[in-house]
Amino acid sequence: MNWIAIGAIADIPRRGARCVETPQGKIAVFRTADDQVFAIEDHCPHKGGPLSQGIVHGVAVTCPLHNWVISLETGKALGADEGAVRTIPVRVDGERLFIALEALASKAA
Amino acid sequence: MTEKLVIIGNGMAPGRMLEHLLEAAPDRYAVIIFNAEPRVNYDRIMLSPVLSGEKAFEEIVIHGDGWYIKHGITLYKGHRIVAIDREAKTVTSDHGVTESYDSLVIATGSVPFIIPVPGKDLPGVLTYRDLDDVNAMLLAAQSRAKAVVIGGGLLGLEAAAGLKERGMDVTVLHVMPTLMERQLDPAAGYLLQKAVEARGIKIMTKANTKAIFGNGKVEGVELMDGTIIPATLVVMAVGIRPSITLAKEAGLEVNRGIVVDDRMRTSDPAIMALGECAEVGGHVYGLVAPLYEMARIAAARLADGEDRRFVHSDTPTKLKVTGIDLYSLGDFADGEDREEIILRDASAGIYKRVVLQDNRIIGTVLFGETADGAWFNDLKKKATDISEMRDTLIFGQAFQGGVSSDPLAAVAALADDAEICGCNGVCKGKITGAITGKGLTGLDDVRAHTKASASCGSCTGLVEQLLKLKLGEAYNPAAVQPMCGCTSLGHDDVRRLIKAKGLKTIPAIMQELEWKTSCGCAKCRPALNYYLVCDWPDQYADDYQSRFINERVHANIQKDGTYSVVPRMWGGVTSAGELRAIADVVDKFEIPMVKVTGGQRIDMLGIRKEDLPAVWADLGKAGFVSGHAYAKGLRTVKTCVGTDWCRFGTQDSTGLGIRIEKFMWGSWTPAKVKMAVSGCPRNCAEATCKDVGVVCVDSGYEIHFAGAAGLDIKGTEVLGLVKTEDEALEVIVALVQMYREQARYLERIYKWAKRIGTAEIKRQILDDTSKRKAYYERFVFSQKFAQVDPWSERVSGKDKHEFRPMASVGFAEAAE
Repeated sequence: MNWIAIGAIADIPRRGARCVETPQGKIAVFRTADDQVFAIEDHCPHKGGPLSQGIVHGVAVTCPLHNWVISLETGKALGADEGAVRTIPVRVDGERLFIALEALASKAA
Repeated sequence: MTEKLVIIGNGMAPGRMLEHLLEAAPDRYAVIIFNAEPRVNYDRIMLSPVLSGEKAFEEIVIHGDGWYIKHGITLYKGHRIVAIDREAKTVTSDHGVTESYDSLVIATGSVPFIIPVPGKDLPGVLTYRDLDDVNAMLLAAQSRAKAVVIGGGLLGLEAAAGLKERGMDVTVLHVMPTLMERQLDPAAGYLLQKAVEARGIKIMTKANTKAIFGNGKVEGVELMDGTIIPATLVVMAVGIRPSITLAKEAGLEVNRGIVVDDRMRTSDPAIMALGECAEVGGHVYGLVAPLYEMARIAAARLADGEDRRFVHSDTPTKLKVTGIDLYSLGDFADGEDREEIILRDASAGIYKRVVLQDNRIIGTVLFGETADGAWFNDLKKKATDISEMRDTLIFGQAFQGGVSSDPLAAVAALADDAEICGCNGVCKGKITGAITGKGLTGLDDVRAHTKASASCGSCTGLVEQLLKLKLGEAYNPAAVQPMCGCTSLGHDDVRRLIKAKGLKTIPAIMQELEWKTSCGCAKCRPALNYYLVCDWPDQYADDYQSRFINERVHANIQKDGTYSVVPRMWGGVTSAGELRAIADVVDKFEIPMVKVTGGQRIDMLGIRKEDLPAVWADLGKAGFVSGHAYAKGLRTVKTCVGTDWCRFGTQDSTGLGIRIEKFMWGSWTPAKVKMAVSGCPRNCAEATCKDVGVVCVDSGYEIHFAGAAGLDIKGTEVLGLVKTEDEALEVIVALVQMYREQARYLERIYKWAKRIGTAEIKRQILDDTSKRKAYYERFVFSQKFAQVDPWSERVSGKDKHEFRPMASVGFAEAAE
């Protein structure tokens, strides 16, 4: 897999997120309370809300627009809502973070 | 050879039967349908949303015309079958079409019951059964006149809600003492009546209709007791009767419905019946689940498939009126061999009742919160022994499993000197001492002996838990609505325990109060963060990751992910310099929309997040600070021009408004706080629908509070009259501090005030000088840490990461 460096884990606040801009749109990179890192499309399956702006709890984020709760592990909406965002593979190498952009690139091609 | 299958009726049951049949034996039958209604098969259950305007007819069609064509089905629309010739095996329609059959299915449904009173045939008297009825009602509703619905059952209430939604003045007449008495117990019936009345629908129970009167068309309804109710539309929704005339004339065995065996066969082996017209095992059915089961069985039989047989089961009832949640299932009458578990929350309008027999659920009524209906239904169906989970059963599925759910653990762990009642300064030891020492057995006893929970009542939950702790099973406290799924404690309990146990961080709260999740959720974290900010202003470090995005970046998120920015304009007063600065910012950042707000200031919408710090920097140079238009905090203080300009002004309302805003800005509150100061009782600043308002009069300042002009509309209540501006400020500040300390997160002042009572608030703020001063002092202390302009902080680099992307990747590859 082709891993692309995006920065360090310390760049993201715990229970928070940062955005990575790509030609195919924004990716939200999350850091949980226990320092797990996840990346998903920054686009809620409900009405396209920016998930990176939501409140992070456990391994889920609540969308700031209409409170859908999205699993960071699977990208799927939790609870009664149905829908999913794409998840992007993340590799943590010490302090450094990498994401695999192949999925996105293939979409562009 | 293909056999001929003729179906009389095209409702939901035969529609579903055909779906199953086409799947099991697609080519076996040539299908011919006669439908008395001139249209395709639609979802009759969804007629109520069509009536209320929430859905269009097209959205509730189950099988469109194309479906019939695709499956080669002949559909005669608007053909009513008038005769069945069982000898010749033919049916004939009112348009003279005759078709022969090998198999015949009767699915004629039901007809509305018409009460035999004078005037029942007048124009303007309708039933509620099909789309034609709905269209007729919609036409009548255009007049926005008065309507009477006879019947307070499921259909009647849905019709009433729909007509009300369409602008009519609706009265429901119900012959029994409580609504939906066949599905609900009286307690739930009462709550339902309150909820329906809250929508502006009038309800008359024990109302016996004597006659419908009018000259050529409906003019009103007369009751047995002589009451006259004027109406131009009367809807009869008193029940349905199986439509059996055709079957009876054909000589089939009928009782209440067309009698069928448990495979849907009538007394003639070539004829089946299903749906609302069929009677199986002595029951007729009107709800969709058993009708769909009949459809499945009939299809299996027609396809010579599995030997499926109809077994009676209870079906839950749900009301389809937006905003009223109701669920009922099974048998819930009292009985000697039965036990019940009840949960009530009067303020939230929640009622749950589970009826047990031999530790198994036999009936359930849920009102206000119905999410666990399916779970209860499942337990009932499987006849699960619930004795293991009996204590938590009523709270629903989310509360099962997990060992940590001893709700008393937190209170048991409290020290004897922990303060339980903040209003009256009563500690735990005093309460438990009184319970054991004086043999107290209930909440009222504790209130009488110790004063705990006797004022604002927010510690009631804790006092009840202490009673439970001391008295064990002998005491059964009313259940508290938990904050969220992460805890079984309510907001009030959590607030008291934060103070009593000196909890100063979110992790400390979650640990000490035994949170069920690792780091809370989007509901509890912002609430806990606020409680800590409020209670420990000098010690608590605000947790920005527990704040909603608007409060985290100090701007309002919009639907497209951009933000809007509203700078403070003190008292709604601005200047040429300020306006020029705003104009320059709008030009420089190409801000797409500039709008004047309802709070007398200017909103700039459509700003990209990355641009926010630069926008604030420019605004800051012109002297602007954040307007907190995004905050659960002080928003605006609207003013009129007062004695400075107005010929009617009695006081300097503009000056007072600015003074209040400059004193109170930056404070966080449980929900937003909007204020206004009017210079005279003409009230141009509209102070009497605000959270806090001042109406100036010659003799001083009338302080108002607890108004609302949003989801609810409510005029303010008068707290009192004070003589000077200084006094007015002190009273307002003390009032807001009391609200900050007591209210539940997201609870506006008017809701808090309703819970606490105006009398108690007056007592603490106006009558008790030392209390007022203490509240005032605590607010002033807290402001030392709160009055920092968040915009200038961020211009100087705080939280930089919020406004910048972490990285930009992949662009080079894409360019290739």
